[in-house]
Amino acid sequence: MGAALLLTLPELILSLTSLALLMVAAYAGDRSVRMVSILSVAALVAAAFAALLPPTGYGIAFGGLYRADAFSAFAKLLIYVAAGVSIVIAPAFFHRAPGQGGTLRAEYPILILLSTIGTGMMVSAGDMLTLYVGLELQSLASYVLASFMRRDLRSAESGLKYFVLGALASGILLYGISLVYGFTGTTQYDGIAVAFREGLSTGQLFGLVFVFAGLAFKIAAVPFHMWTPDVYEGAPTPVTAFFATAQKVGAVALLLRVAVEAMGSASDAWMQIVIFSALASTILGGVAAIGQSNIKRLLAYSSINNVGFALFGLVPGDANGVSSVLTYLAVYIVMTLGSFLCILRMRDAEGRPVEEISALSGLSRLRPGLAAALAIFMFSLAGIPPLFGFWPKFLVFDALVAIGMWPLAMVGIATSVIGAYYYLKIVKTMYFDEPATPFGASPDRVEGGLIAVGALIVSPLGYLLIGPLGAYSLAAARALFPG
Amino acid sequence: MIGLQHYLAVSAILFAMGVFGIFLNRKNIIIILMAIELILLSVNINLVAFSAYLGDLVGQVFAMFVLTVAAGEAAIGLAILVIYFRGRGTIAVDDVNRMKG
Repeated sequence: MGAALLLTLPELILSLTSLALLMVAAYAGDRSVRMVSILSVAALVAAAFAALLPPTGYGIAFGGLYRADAFSAFAKLLIYVAAGVSIVIAPAFFHRAPGQGGTLRAEYPILILLSTIGTGMMVSAGDMLTLYVGLELQSLASYVLASFMRRDLRSAESGLKYFVLGALASGILLYGISLVYGFTGTTQYDGIAVAFREGLSTGQLFGLVFVFAGLAFKIAAVPFHMWTPDVYEGAPTPVTAFFATAQKVGAVALLLRVAVEAMGSASDAWMQIVIFSALASTILGGVAAIGQSNIKRLLAYSSINNVGFALFGLVPGDANGVSSVLTYLAVYIVMTLGSFLCILRMRDAEGRPVEEISALSGLSRLRPGLAAALAIFMFSLAGIPPLFGFWPKFLVFDALVAIGMWPLAMVGIATSVIGAYYYLKIVKTMYFDEPATPFGASPDRVEGGLIAVGALIVSPLGYLLIGPLGAYSLAAARALFPG
Repeated sequence: MIGLQHYLAVSAILFAMGVFGIFLNRKNIIIILMAIELILLSVNINLVAFSAYLGDLVGQVFAMFVLTVAAGEAAIGLAILVIYFRGRGTIAVDDVNRMKG
């Protein structure tokens, strides 16, 4: 029992801290928000160390319910970094956002922590029960976060839409889980894998399809993506950044683990779903983003497009493919967090957030540093070679070509070119259009520093990271393929 | 004699009703919340029926977890609905359209 508890140390640290901080927030009120934020980030750092360097080594806890392995450690590291950044960037945003009374409420960092615990449980789950509870903890906290700006109608509406569609997704997933349980007799991944090895019965096939449909909802893959643009647009920007990074990583990692560990022996059955979803996501994400005028909506379509690429990495169904997905996720969260940080800097003279792409006109002349950083992130998201965003796309296509999936790689490259259009349109707006109304000053040094770090990582200097990143993601991917 | 397939049929019907309730209902968001509960309860019927059929307790434990989470989910859904109503003064489904999509 003690050993099992030690394995779950990251979750223990986060849950105890969030409960303690909840009491602090309840009694001290919003005055305590600074302290609560700092302690939350400290807890995330501690949990990241606990996940990376587990005191008793990796292992399986609580009779197979929970797994600590290299895969979960890799995913958790990304999740904790993204969660930490979304806590750090929040105060400046809420300070200026209309109708917020000037301060961030102390519950914000705690809700992020709770959602992070859920995400961590999801990637560590070794049983459908842990998967479900982790997923719900993550989702319930996110519904509240999406509607966190209570007086803002768009925020409330985004929370409502996220809740309805998220609950439907949980329901579909759960129905699938119940069928899988009924027709295999177990909820453990290992047991399901054994039962699936003898060929799928009709009931098992139905269960598998429902489970994948529910998970596709959570990663916002086509055809279950319709909630993403609205939720991303309406939610407060730091929360959107959290949804687009930490949650996305958690859900994709969860999908990888379920697909490989639990249902790997039925890969013929889910491969068609994954291929269809990947193709549809890249195409829709590339095409639908073209007409958008709101930059958060545009990034929502961009995230759909990127999820498609991540799913391509699952198609080979081997450790190389999974490791390319993990590398993809690592680079993706840096690019996305960087873009959202740049969006946070878009404020008018009174400090109200601006989200129209047209407001970026002529930014290169007014704010050359910000324009250069945003241009780097956009070029990188488009996957243009000297920047680091090219590398994970290359790895995914390389894994596809290695198993002879030429047509998929061709479609992927074509949609990547289509996607480049709207990323480059932003760059064009910033560099070649007449200057619009200048943005208000943004004195926050933390944001500026984070943008600089992000831009540095996705700049060509990032290629120095290829060695360690590749080795680590391969080690993480191998954890899913025993023997 | 009522067997496993009868329970599964009832559960499948409830599940379908829940899903259609979310998509076909154009009047009231409260009805959507009820449809979500219907989906979760259909899952519970499935789980308990399988649990009894297999003689395995995991399904019933799972059903307990689902019940608990469903309660939390309903509470949060109603809370979000309340702040939405305060801002808009309506909970008609067709009015949830401040953002296109």
